[in-house]
Amino acid sequence: MTIPAPIALLAELTHRCPLSCPYCSNPLEMVRKSTELDTGTWIDVFLQAADMGVLQLHLSGGEPASRRDLEDLTRAASNAGLYTNLITSGIGLTPRRLDALEAAGLDHVQLSLQGTNAELADRIGGYKGGFERKLAIARDIKERGLPLTLNAVMHRQNLDDLDRTIEMAVELGARRLEVACVQFHGWATKNRAALMPTREQTEAVKQTVAAAARRLSGILAFDFVPPDYHADYPKACMGGWGSAGLNVIPDGTVLPCHAAQSIPHLTFEKVQDRSLSDIWYKSPAFNAYRGTDWMPEPCRSCERKTIDFGGCRCQALAIAGDAAATDPVCVKSKDHDKVRQLLDDATAREENLIYRVNP
Amino acid sequence: MTLAFGRHDIPYLPRGVRIHHDRVRGQNVLLAPEKAIELDEIGLAILSRVDGDTTFDQIIASLAAAYDAPAERIEEDVQQFLTGLRARVYVMVRT
Repeated sequence: MTIPAPIALLAELTHRCPLSCPYCSNPLEMVRKSTELDTGTWIDVFLQAADMGVLQLHLSGGEPASRRDLEDLTRAASNAGLYTNLITSGIGLTPRRLDALEAAGLDHVQLSLQGTNAELADRIGGYKGGFERKLAIARDIKERGLPLTLNAVMHRQNLDDLDRTIEMAVELGARRLEVACVQFHGWATKNRAALMPTREQTEAVKQTVAAAARRLSGILAFDFVPPDYHADYPKACMGGWGSAGLNVIPDGTVLPCHAAQSIPHLTFEKVQDRSLSDIWYKSPAFNAYRGTDWMPEPCRSCERKTIDFGGCRCQALAIAGDAAATDPVCVKSKDHDKVRQLLDDATAREENLIYRVNP
Repeated sequence: MTLAFGRHDIPYLPRGVRIHHDRVRGQNVLLAPEKAIELDEIGLAILSRVDGDTTFDQIIASLAAAYDAPAERIEEDVQQFLTGLRARVYVMVRT
């Protein structure tokens, strides 16, 4: 097969974050500040990425504003022709830093939303006062005319606030709203029983999003990540392994997705040791589940194999015990009953949130 | 709301949306928040006329002249293309 050039690079600049959301996409074992890549190495990664054909750079974390060189990194990426997107909680940003980011060429801000009111948002984010600070920075972003996406991570404890979430996105001047239902990897798997949407919420969220997307067409664009586990078919995780995007984590390790390190038999290489291009095109880890040749049945003969690419490798490992198995969310998977069982267990119980810890 | 363009509407690319030459793949793309859309020759011809000054009608006339094609056909294509982008807020309108 011809390996396509990557389109998007997610740069996890740091795992440090003032928030401690219980569904954080960072791994359970986080990278400490002392082993974070320095400014020059990150810039070299961005230049390599642009030369490879990456168009979109997501500056993420942790909280990327925890990096004091965020403005320098943004400027270098922008100068390299990359579309720069800051994925932030807003905490750590100030009007002055926004001015500097704008001057550095920042293209777009994706602001996370933990809830629609201070009580809920601060409880989910584990950070008192966070909601008010977020709203203040959202107003500063709007005032400057910086393009804004609101990323609302949704789960059992806030899905009933979806209508208000949509209203808030419009009020804050966002052009785009991601209704991102929690994906159960890493920290979120510890919180399945607290976060798993109910069946009623799952049906409601689909209808609400579809209706709002019609009503607000041309005003607010929607991207919808439906609730995990409730679906009949798996998600096309990353648009296929090693197909469109790659992640670089704070210590320079390059991954095909957020959770890939949960697959223990794969070895992931670092930008300090090998070029980004070699890692993308030649490393065994990136080639492990690329394309369709690796697929088992029923994927191999399935008409959906180039739609969902067999689903998520990390989920296959976590639930079916085999990273090369069909994603057990699929109704055709022999392990699908395990997902049903997890779903029943998770929705039958109420548990306290287990918060992520800081590196 | 209807997203169809009126004759005197002026479409524009809002901040954060831009045409970019992808030197690696040798093609033009529309870059937007967290999205890259491949542009074919027609798409590029349309969007390169979306400059925030030119009306919908003037864009049609310019394309009809450049491609020596009937304005009605062009209008249909442009209306469909720009309306699709407007739905995602990749194109906005001044009236």
